[in-house]
Amino acid sequence: MRVAPYLLSLPALLLFAGVVVAPLVMTVLLSFHDWGQYKGIEPVFILKNWQEVLTDSYFHEMFWRTFRIAFFVTLLAALFGAPEAYILNRMRSPWRGLFLLVILGPLLISVVARTLGWALLFGGNSGLMNKALMSAGLISAPLPFMFTETGIVVALAHVLMPYMVLAVWAALQRLDPQIENAAVALGAGPFTVLRRIVLPQVMPGILSGAIIVFALAASAFATPAIIGGRRLKVASTLAYDEFLNTLNWPLGAAVAVLLLVALGAIVVGASRLVERRYAQVFG
Amino acid sequence: MSRNGALALAYHTLFVAFMLAPILVVCWVAFTPEGFLSFPTDNWSLRWFYAIARYPEFISAFWRSLWLGALSSAIAVAVSVPAALAIARYRFPGREAMTTLFMSPLMIPHIVLGIAFLRFFTQIGLGGTFVGLVFAHIVIVLPFALRLTLASAIGLDRAIEHAAVSLGASEWLVLRRITLPLVLPGLASGWALAFINSFDEVTMTVFIAAPGTETLPVRMFLYIQDNIDPLVTSVSACVIAITVVALVVMDRAYGLEKLLVGRGVDGR
Repeated sequence: MRVAPYLLSLPALLLFAGVVVAPLVMTVLLSFHDWGQYKGIEPVFILKNWQEVLTDSYFHEMFWRTFRIAFFVTLLAALFGAPEAYILNRMRSPWRGLFLLVILGPLLISVVARTLGWALLFGGNSGLMNKALMSAGLISAPLPFMFTETGIVVALAHVLMPYMVLAVWAALQRLDPQIENAAVALGAGPFTVLRRIVLPQVMPGILSGAIIVFALAASAFATPAIIGGRRLKVASTLAYDEFLNTLNWPLGAAVAVLLLVALGAIVVGASRLVERRYAQVFG
Repeated sequence: MSRNGALALAYHTLFVAFMLAPILVVCWVAFTPEGFLSFPTDNWSLRWFYAIARYPEFISAFWRSLWLGALSSAIAVAVSVPAALAIARYRFPGREAMTTLFMSPLMIPHIVLGIAFLRFFTQIGLGGTFVGLVFAHIVIVLPFALRLTLASAIGLDRAIEHAAVSLGASEWLVLRRITLPLVLPGLASGWALAFINSFDEVTMTVFIAAPGTETLPVRMFLYIQDNIDPLVTSVSACVIAITVVALVVMDRAYGLEKLLVGRGVDGR
């Protein structure tokens, strides 16, 4: 057995063993410890936190809300991001690069700054968002966005949209334009080409984008914290509260570990399904 | 390839407006002459940009973010170069598992990492320190550095190295004069992407930063939690301006698409 590859990766391996694996193991252990207002954290092995997280209806409601928000964010991103990637891909040279930069660029701009923008747009009943929607005739009365799930969904869809565009864009790059041309030559209309030729081929891209967006939406922190305010809690903001306000670290650790496990199961399960579904086609 | 129709272009315009609206609104409000949040129409003022100077927490947090990003990205690149060479050149037991491990910070929610680091650093006495922040940031930006160094290590033409060896160059000389210069563009873009990700990170850092070690996004986040006023919009406008400049430079130098889509082994 050669040692060279192990020797080369040794610095990174040591770093990850020390700074990733060890802290994660400690967090799982922490979720089984006891905690009291005056005694602090007691390093014993109990199931109290897990019982609380798994049986208390407050936590059920909060996790349900977290995944509901993630679901609608994913739906919005797929519904609006995929067509945009397609349009972008059909653009000509300078515009294509420019708009790709405009749409993917926000990914690199601070999440706090982008969410602040949404907080300003929502800003109460007289916010710009409501004015624009009302003058467009889409709504007759102002909708509450700030401190609501709707607001969190809209802002998160904006924050995570580039990931969906990126995934669909990558899938479109692998598409052979000759197949589209062949369909047109055989008499297919533009709608048929889109539905029967393009969509089936970019579906893996949409689904992998959806998995990324769902995972990031369910674990997002800054956006739900700013738009949701102190009352409307999701899993990540609740864990933050337990850690830095209530100081019940073991309970916060249980919430975080449960989020990690639930997300891991969903992401792995969904990826398997996607791979199995498309293995026959693209294997 | 056929052109986009009028409907497609209308959709595209709305989509771009949606993507830019919150960013432009922040910059717009930052120029308000009023003492409260308002959209300036005929009066513009830089007063809130001057006001940043009277709030030293933002200034020191900015410098800290800059150093933290530069340092942690540099270390992440340094650590990922040998690892990338190992993954790109050797087939060995545990190769896949190792790659997955190094890419795992992309998959583990930052909220979970933040909690794990808080517990870990508090236990080993690094709680709330800059050293702790550096270690945490190395780990979260390493996947970005590794992805780009790996891409350039895989794309490397081995024949050039073989030629150097056949001409009598030692192993060390080949590494220094041939391999490293060839992967340098990959390293530079890996560092840049790692830096931006470190500079923007808030979810994980908010757990491990203490009042003396807050980064700029953390300071901004905590400020917004208390109240939203024009000061935080002018700070955000500055951050946006810096990012846009960096973005354009990176796009010109390397191509944003390549940077974000990546050409790594697993495509993530």
